[in-house]
Amino acid sequence: MTKNILLVGVGGQGTILASKILSLGLTAANYDVKMSEIHGMSQRGGSVTSHIRYSKEKVYSPVVELGKADIIVAFEKMEALRYLDYLKPDGKIVVNDCEIPGMPITSGVCEYPKNILEELGAHADVTVFDANKEAEKLGNPKVANIILLGSLIGLMKLTDIDWDAILASNVKPQFVEVNKKAIQVGIDLAK
Amino acid sequence: MAQKVLMTGNEAIARGVWEAGVRFAAAYPGTPSTEILENLATYQDIDAQWSPNEKVALEAALGAAIAGGRAFASMKHVGLNVAADPFFTVAYSGTNAGLVIVTADEPGQHSSQNEQDNRNYARHAKVPMLEPADSQECKEMVKKAFEMSEEYSCPVLVRVTTRVCHSKSLVELCDRVEKPIVPYVKDAKRYVDVPANARIRRQEVEKHMDALKVVSNNSAELNPIENNGKDVGVIASGMCFNYAKEVFENNANYLKIALSFPIPTERIADFCKGLKKVYVFEENDEFIEEAVKIAGFGGICFGKYAPDGSRYLPYCGELTSDVIRQVVTGEKFVPADFDRTKIVARPPALCAGCPHRGLFYELGKRKNVVVSGDIGCYTLAFAAPYNAMDFNCCMGASISSGNGAQKIFNQIPGNDKRVVSVLGDSTFFHSGITSLLDVVYNKGNNITVILDNRITGMTGHQQNPGTGFTAQGDETTIVDLEGIVRAVGIKNIKVIDPNDLKAVNEALDWALGLDEASVIITKYPCVLKKFSNLDKEQYPDAYKSRCTVDADKCIGCKACLRCGCPAISVVNKKAVIDHTMCVGCTVCKQICPKKAID
Repeated sequence: MTKNILLVGVGGQGTILASKILSLGLTAANYDVKMSEIHGMSQRGGSVTSHIRYSKEKVYSPVVELGKADIIVAFEKMEALRYLDYLKPDGKIVVNDCEIPGMPITSGVCEYPKNILEELGAHADVTVFDANKEAEKLGNPKVANIILLGSLIGLMKLTDIDWDAILASNVKPQFVEVNKKAIQVGIDLAK
Repeated sequence: MAQKVLMTGNEAIARGVWEAGVRFAAAYPGTPSTEILENLATYQDIDAQWSPNEKVALEAALGAAIAGGRAFASMKHVGLNVAADPFFTVAYSGTNAGLVIVTADEPGQHSSQNEQDNRNYARHAKVPMLEPADSQECKEMVKKAFEMSEEYSCPVLVRVTTRVCHSKSLVELCDRVEKPIVPYVKDAKRYVDVPANARIRRQEVEKHMDALKVVSNNSAELNPIENNGKDVGVIASGMCFNYAKEVFENNANYLKIALSFPIPTERIADFCKGLKKVYVFEENDEFIEEAVKIAGFGGICFGKYAPDGSRYLPYCGELTSDVIRQVVTGEKFVPADFDRTKIVARPPALCAGCPHRGLFYELGKRKNVVVSGDIGCYTLAFAAPYNAMDFNCCMGASISSGNGAQKIFNQIPGNDKRVVSVLGDSTFFHSGITSLLDVVYNKGNNITVILDNRITGMTGHQQNPGTGFTAQGDETTIVDLEGIVRAVGIKNIKVIDPNDLKAVNEALDWALGLDEASVIITKYPCVLKKFSNLDKEQYPDAYKSRCTVDADKCIGCKACLRCGCPAISVVNKKAVIDHTMCVGCTVCKQICPKKAID
């Protein structure tokens, strides 16, 4: 059975690195993996998405279908709402309790939507926490993305994969330890 | 067991080029193709270069291949429009060693101005074409393309799409096969394209394309058939094959077409025999679908059109599995019930500290100015709050179209409309120089602003002739932008700091006051650029400070918001500057009427 994952956020939040670590871990565990990201103009404060699909059988498409995602990990609240249509009926959402307003909101043209968490809760099984705050507790605000990845690892029951080894070969040596801790924090927060 | 690694299609293409023993590669950046040459530049066995434009890239590559080294060029779909001239001619002459060209098309227009299907170029120029569907195929088909190019003495086109370029899948790595330089033998009858020679080559083209048609019709490797004993068939190319597999699984027979030109009409006919229904899945145009109809199976064919001639699959956008599923099964996706209108878009914006900001803030305020735009980050100036762009078309057109527009305005009695053409440094090198020549030669009086941010910005910071570095990181001549402008014949030139609004205004007043052509160069490195030693020397204080709002002085007038900086917001009727984004360009400070920003 192919599993479907969507990581969504705003350019600069580290979704790309998180999806890279995830894909490498799945590959090391002998899953067939397909992953798709759309680059280009999304670098400039835009909405960023990574699709990851994996299975012990062959995976063909790298793109998650509408209504088929087993889990959505949203690095920002409004992005969770934007991609909600991708979630399958009994799917799960992990939401970083973080608001990044974007230009139409900072310039006063639009308002940041209210009650996002309630809205999400009405449609899905939602896990919410402030990953940025949790990352600061670990002494490195940049590992918020890895904490969110940790929650996904916990919820998708991928804890048997040797994530420490994946981190060791993909992040700078001085940051390996804090990233390992970040994964565990994420797993614990999603329990 | 060979090593398997996750690679994007672009990385895999570069790997395939390297494994194929290629010696020379050239490209101009363009989404979604950019990373191909970026990756090639990391292989020391390949001379990989950024060329000023795609035409130059292909010409350089074909020259290298005529001289006897395997050569490669890559470009985005519209890039092949620029390179079309050499493409059509090298299709006749062929080359001494293999020549492969990658075109990266954009179904869905993720970051492009159109959705053109470059498979039509294969047919138009009579060049064989391969369409890989994933990263492994990207690598293998590039190698195959080189073999084909040498066997049939013709260039080969590899067509990929955004999803192929930017998706990752597992790739089995091989070693590089060294290809010695093929001895060069003068052969003017082949390589000099005078009509007498080209007419003979025309016959040769037909011969090798006929031979390749046989390959296409018989290749179980490139155009494989999967017979699942069903009476429904699926014909698909590129990424669409993967999408279709997700939907039909083993409930259809498949013909996967990778060698899609020459199109395997007989193989299609054999495949369709006995089927009750055949679906054709391909992105953009109905390229294969037409062949199915020519083969005589239009009556059971469902593609962009149904057998009765009505529209069937969407004619534009990506044919992802959900799109296919909805059309084929009639299952309508039921979206969750909530208020979508409250989701606010995140339109791309000029970065905090972008050195284009000052110019567009001032230009947007000018009356009787028509702004002729170009392709780059600065195209974003068309949007609010600047609204500082009237039209744009393609690389370099800002100057030439601006010149044409000015000529008409000048014919209107009492005209006071002036055209200001804006384009970046890399775009100027790409196609702006000849346009500026047109202005000078034909006595135009439009104003050109070259936004020289010392790098190719929009595609993610590639070197260009003005930066002083090659694609492979070697130091090289810094081409003198001002010197080019002067050499072209422009007499009125000003070089200014775009973050100094007073200087911007004075330069615009000066240019608007002249009745002949002028060029303003706004010189300041891109805020995201990794500074070279020269940049550090020339701009020691760039991006090192922060601006802060004095809340006591701020009257909440929102004048600062008009510079469109993403670091500024208004909270409780007072402007606030986000210090994680601000780099101290001071444009907002210069705008503030109450001097509340420092």
